[in-house]
Amino acid sequence: MSTTPLEHDYIGLSESSSVPRSSDKLSYSSSSSSCTEENYTSSNKACLNFKETELRLGLPGSQSPGRKPSHGLSLFGKDIENNNSNSNSNNTNGYAAPSPLKSLVSGAKRGFSDALDGVSRNWGLSINGKPDAELGKGAVLAQVVGWPPIRSFRKNTMASNLVKNNDAAEGKSGSGCLYVKVSMDGAPYLRKVDLKIYSNYMELSSALEKMFSCFTIGQCDSHGLPGQDGLSESRLMDLLHGSEYVLTYEDKDGDWMLVGDVPWDMFTETCRRLRIMKGSEAIGLAPRAMEKCKNRT
Amino acid sequence: MESESKRKKESPNTAELAVTASFPDEVLEIVLSLLTSHRDRSSVSLVCKDWYRAERWSRTQVFIGNCYSVSPEILTRRFPNIRSVTLKGKPRFSDFNLVPPNWGADIHAWLVAFAVKYPFLEELRLKRMAVSDESLEFLASNFPNFKLLSLLSCDGFSTDGLAAIATHCKNLTELDIQENGIEDSSGSWLSCFPESFTSLEVLNFANLTSEVNTDALERLVSRCKSLKVLKVNKSISLEQLQRLLVRAPQLEELGTGSFLQDLTARPYADLESAFNNCKNIHTLSGLWEAVPLYLPALYNSCANLTFLNLSYTALQSGEFAKLVVHCPRLRRLWVLDTVEDKGLEAVGSNCPLLEELRVFPADPFDEEIIHGVTEEGFVAVSFGCRRLHYVLYFCRQMTNAAVATIVQNCPNFTHFRLCIMTPGLPDYLTNEPMDEAFGAVVKTCSKLQRLSVSGLLTDLTFEYIGKYAKNLETLSVAFAGRSDRGMQCVLEGCPKLRKLEIRDCPFGNEALLSGLEKYESMRSLWMSACNVTMNACRRLAKQMPRLNVEVMKEDGSDDSQADKVYIYRTVAGPRRDAPPSVLTL
Repeated sequence: MSTTPLEHDYIGLSESSSVPRSSDKLSYSSSSSSCTEENYTSSNKACLNFKETELRLGLPGSQSPGRKPSHGLSLFGKDIENNNSNSNSNNTNGYAAPSPLKSLVSGAKRGFSDALDGVSRNWGLSINGKPDAELGKGAVLAQVVGWPPIRSFRKNTMASNLVKNNDAAEGKSGSGCLYVKVSMDGAPYLRKVDLKIYSNYMELSSALEKMFSCFTIGQCDSHGLPGQDGLSESRLMDLLHGSEYVLTYEDKDGDWMLVGDVPWDMFTETCRRLRIMKGSEAIGLAPRAMEKCKNRT
Repeated sequence: MESESKRKKESPNTAELAVTASFPDEVLEIVLSLLTSHRDRSSVSLVCKDWYRAERWSRTQVFIGNCYSVSPEILTRRFPNIRSVTLKGKPRFSDFNLVPPNWGADIHAWLVAFAVKYPFLEELRLKRMAVSDESLEFLASNFPNFKLLSLLSCDGFSTDGLAAIATHCKNLTELDIQENGIEDSSGSWLSCFPESFTSLEVLNFANLTSEVNTDALERLVSRCKSLKVLKVNKSISLEQLQRLLVRAPQLEELGTGSFLQDLTARPYADLESAFNNCKNIHTLSGLWEAVPLYLPALYNSCANLTFLNLSYTALQSGEFAKLVVHCPRLRRLWVLDTVEDKGLEAVGSNCPLLEELRVFPADPFDEEIIHGVTEEGFVAVSFGCRRLHYVLYFCRQMTNAAVATIVQNCPNFTHFRLCIMTPGLPDYLTNEPMDEAFGAVVKTCSKLQRLSVSGLLTDLTFEYIGKYAKNLETLSVAFAGRSDRGMQCVLEGCPKLRKLEIRDCPFGNEALLSGLEKYESMRSLWMSACNVTMNACRRLAKQMPRLNVEVMKEDGSDDSQADKVYIYRTVAGPRRDAPPSVLTL
């Protein structure tokens, strides 16, 4: 039937129009179904191109020096390279990762079977026996709306249960860990850190820097090229304490607080999760933090 | 009633007269009133006009699987004597946030019609309906005989609405609030049951989080001597639970509160003895935040358990295995995947009567820590529990061989819902698609009524389904298939198909339109994030006037694509309460 070619034409359209819209929709929440404008061609070109311009200030196609793929992310980078000869295949960074993931976002209009073929076959291959691969799976799930199919009530209940279990972890024998989720505005997926393995704020922030360096690199350097050895700790601290990003945490009462105000031990006891927030959104946190400190003492 | 039910003898054929004279309508009505299955009743009503009439007068319970398939006016006109109504509203994918808010399925119009036509209404069971506090207040004030309210996966109401029910429904026997989007502002609703109120038999408020007045709860439990089902919420402590159990030894179903408390020896012994005293408990749930230390208090009670719901308790494999040893009569088990394969092995070893297993993921988005169950756990259960026929299994990996083994062990599956959580994941050992797994399921399990597929699937899966799944009624598909042919195979091959829900699959217009005649024999079709266009939907709507074709548009998406399509048969015509984001074609 002649309708089929028409649709493929449609799918190939509006790569450019998708770029500005998608650029501010990188932080997906499970309830957001707005990430649907992404048009995915079978060559992944659209996605990769926009990723290039969105998050990195380097020239398209340039390899960012010193930018090592963090473990697990190379899963996708490598595969995309293999798949696409004419794309900017130097994406050995985490940014290739979201592209196949985007194709799974509900509502995305694209040659779906092509997308899924490429994606899932590569997942299949890479996932076997590799601990790295676990990272990829979770990252995918965090982006797909309404998947896995679990009722919100259950999801919310389990989420708060898990936090409580983390809080109570000290009481449990053999599991002296305190995992909290870390999200960063603009990053496509969350990470988890075990607060128990750090003994002060400096250690935590350098660990976060390592985890999220691939996401922040595009913002930090005014020359348009990322720093030589990736992001130094002081850079991230600058970033975090400067105007770009602020490190915040949600405490036991559900309030969002600035990191660093309370003694480290008190922080690990009350911190439920972390969020690296855009500076502009953090206005108004400081006064609350002061109030809380007063109330505590 | 008498005059209407007496048949006018229009065609005086002697043989006919003889038959009808010997079988007056009253007798027919009494006979038919013994029929409870709504399907049987539908069949009966099609026999002839007499039987249609007798059936409609004698029907007291009605089940409406899609609230928009019929209107309150049509319903009340046909059935004058209804006492019990079950209504289901939104498409199932609304549970997973795929349906826009304010979509519809509001109960209020129904209640208004019922207040006039069924003032003696006794029971209302709602699933995925929009229910407001105003509606609950209306319900409480307009139906003096009202006895049973069950709300599952509904939204739009708060604890204020519950307060109205507790205050005004003097004959209430059942209040069952499950997994709803309820605004829980306070637990004071529980205190609204008057001191003179004693008729409660079922109370389930496990869904709520606010603290209730425990004295009021104790008094309520004490005076309701027929209370059989009590499911409390997290705010009830172990000590409080013990006091409740002592007052209700006749309980048959128990949902505990928080199972986490520092109990010294004496209160623990009291708890254990309270449990032992409740000799009729066959269903156990709750156990919020259970600390394994106190689980032994349950061991004796577990001997008679037939349904154990641990789906909100994160037990590890060891402590779960210790518990399950004490549950030899278990028929239904719901757990979290924190019990892991080892826990499921214990189930296989200890629960030979098991018929239903549901394994939920404790933390599906966890990237760093991998727990959960694999194909091994499922296989272990299948070896030990040959009567298994209902399974819902969330896992992170699966193989074709494992599923083949499972259905070989348990060929009687009626409900097979397998969710491999990463979309499009192949058999992790062979890297092949999971086609053969589901092929084995449909080939072996001839009684299969409900199937949910997952993993990497080509059209072959759907060819198998169309060819073998002759009793299939409900099919859920996500991230699967290669071409229109897949969906076509299902539409052509499954004669009993009633509900088809599809998301993120490469099925397009050809597939959609191939089911043109089929959709009238189905309850509904859902297709989202597929390749269906508005034009095809319009064409479908035009050719099939007895179907409602609704398209939910998303902001900023292309106008020619139909992002989310919901098609259902109806005798009520297009609905008039759709929000602007839902277009009825």
